[in-house]
Amino acid sequence: MGTRLVRTALAGLTALAVLGLVGCGGGKTGGAASSTASSGAGVTGTVTVFAAASLTESFTRIGKDFQAANPGAKVTFNFAGSSALATQINQGAPADVFASAAPTNMKTVTDAGNGAGTPTTFVKNQLVIAVPKGNPKGVTGLADLTRPGVKVALCAEQVPCGAAAWKALTAANVSVRPVTLEQDVKAALSKVKLGEVDAALVYRTDARAASSDVDGVEFPESSGAINEYPIVVLKSAPDKAGAQAFVAWVLSDKGKAVLTQAGFQAP
Amino acid sequence: MVDVDEQDAAGRRRTAVPPRRRRVQRVPAALLLPAALGLGFLVLPLAGLVIRAPWATLPQRLTEPGVFTALRLSLQTATFATVACVVVGVPLAWLLARVEFPGRRLVRALVTVPLVLPPVVGGVALLLVFGRRGIVGGWLYATFGVSLPFTTMGVVVAEAFVAMPFLVIAVEGALRGADTRYEEAAATLGAGRWTTFTHVTVPLVAPGIAAGAVLCWARALGEFGATITFAGNYPGITQTMPLAVYQTIEGGDLPGAVVLSLILLVVSVTILAALRDKWISSA
Repeated sequence: MGTRLVRTALAGLTALAVLGLVGCGGGKTGGAASSTASSGAGVTGTVTVFAAASLTESFTRIGKDFQAANPGAKVTFNFAGSSALATQINQGAPADVFASAAPTNMKTVTDAGNGAGTPTTFVKNQLVIAVPKGNPKGVTGLADLTRPGVKVALCAEQVPCGAAAWKALTAANVSVRPVTLEQDVKAALSKVKLGEVDAALVYRTDARAASSDVDGVEFPESSGAINEYPIVVLKSAPDKAGAQAFVAWVLSDKGKAVLTQAGFQAP
Repeated sequence: MVDVDEQDAAGRRRTAVPPRRRRVQRVPAALLLPAALGLGFLVLPLAGLVIRAPWATLPQRLTEPGVFTALRLSLQTATFATVACVVVGVPLAWLLARVEFPGRRLVRALVTVPLVLPPVVGGVALLLVFGRRGIVGGWLYATFGVSLPFTTMGVVVAEAFVAMPFLVIAVEGALRGADTRYEEAAATLGAGRWTTFTHVTVPLVAPGIAAGAVLCWARALGEFGATITFAGNYPGITQTMPLAVYQTIEGGDLPGAVVLSLILLVVSVTILAALRDKWISSA
């Protein structure tokens, strides 16, 4: 009698345990690259680009332009925190191009021997304080982030936006106690968009891209924590020609125009 | 694990076809091969964790303060979440098993939705309701100045949301399998429904509740998606073990992530082993 209960529960639990395992996904990974040649002018095949989260809007746009100019080519992106991307690349993720938001994370990849050639710095970016539209808490500088009742989201220190944030805060001699450490700049920004935090340190470009939901407050100390963005073709790239063509496009005037419009600075 | 009905059935089979029962059955290769493949698929990644663990630096890594903080937070929040799930989940299971009401099948289906929902979607849904601008959370914040995201209570809420269906379904299954004649007898002796529930029903399905609670606890312990989405990630406050593993691997510290994963693996396996003993000894 008692045993039947246990058995029923066990049977149910086994089924549930199986279901439970299915639901444990997490993280972001990009699609695999497959080179399928097709006819058309210029570059053909798929170029897989691993790019810093802060490049989401501008690289998506550049990818479209690149595809329009090379009808046989297809560009796929994996946007995430630069540290996560560096880890994925070093673990053998199939990527052709890596665009990092800081030289440190690029160095992780090149030190592991996964870069083909020397990385080129293609833009610079600078932090602003993103606040909900209308700036309800009246944040005007870094010192306001220490006020009680002001909830702050920062990027984790190993992500470029986090490293830059800590650098700026240290330079300003301001000690902020964030409520959360996010894994990439877009995650920090989304906490502001949702209204769950009152401020987040993000790039000027991110605040601009989300200008319908957030305001960007400039602060002087950000000039001491400017991030340089390097880009490189990866050694394991199955389609080196396509990868090089994409990098060349990013560095070209057409690419620069898109990046400048998004708020990036020339290197 | 053998009950009376099964013995009867087995006994009948034994007398009907004795040679087939005695002979060692040949296992068809068509079944053995996929079975072995499945087993390898499940075991190999776990073996990988053990093989790649940085054993030389393990003692030093284990004593790092961050490890203990995350583990303690995980154990605490999973336990709180389980207690909360038992308090509301057992009555819910009882309602589903014992009370006929219109829309019961719909309610049962709704209870199981968090089971099949990707946890990160659960986190988004929780934000929309319990976030600072959420339907309930907005009121909480305006009235009491309380906001769940980025708090340890937020972690408990996320874990309870994801784990409760496991408890409810396990307990409901136990209730349905239980002999209702004991409850009927209690009722004929003048016990009210509440007295019957506390004095007859709960002791009757106690093993089912225990099993459900442990499964619920294990699921809460492993919760990731809803937690990071709803409660955020800050050491000591909301960074549970799975979040610590994620942040460590994202930061490129593979050995560190392996150590944290190994700890979680050991804790889970220990619980499972303890449970198995309990189940078998109760038979």
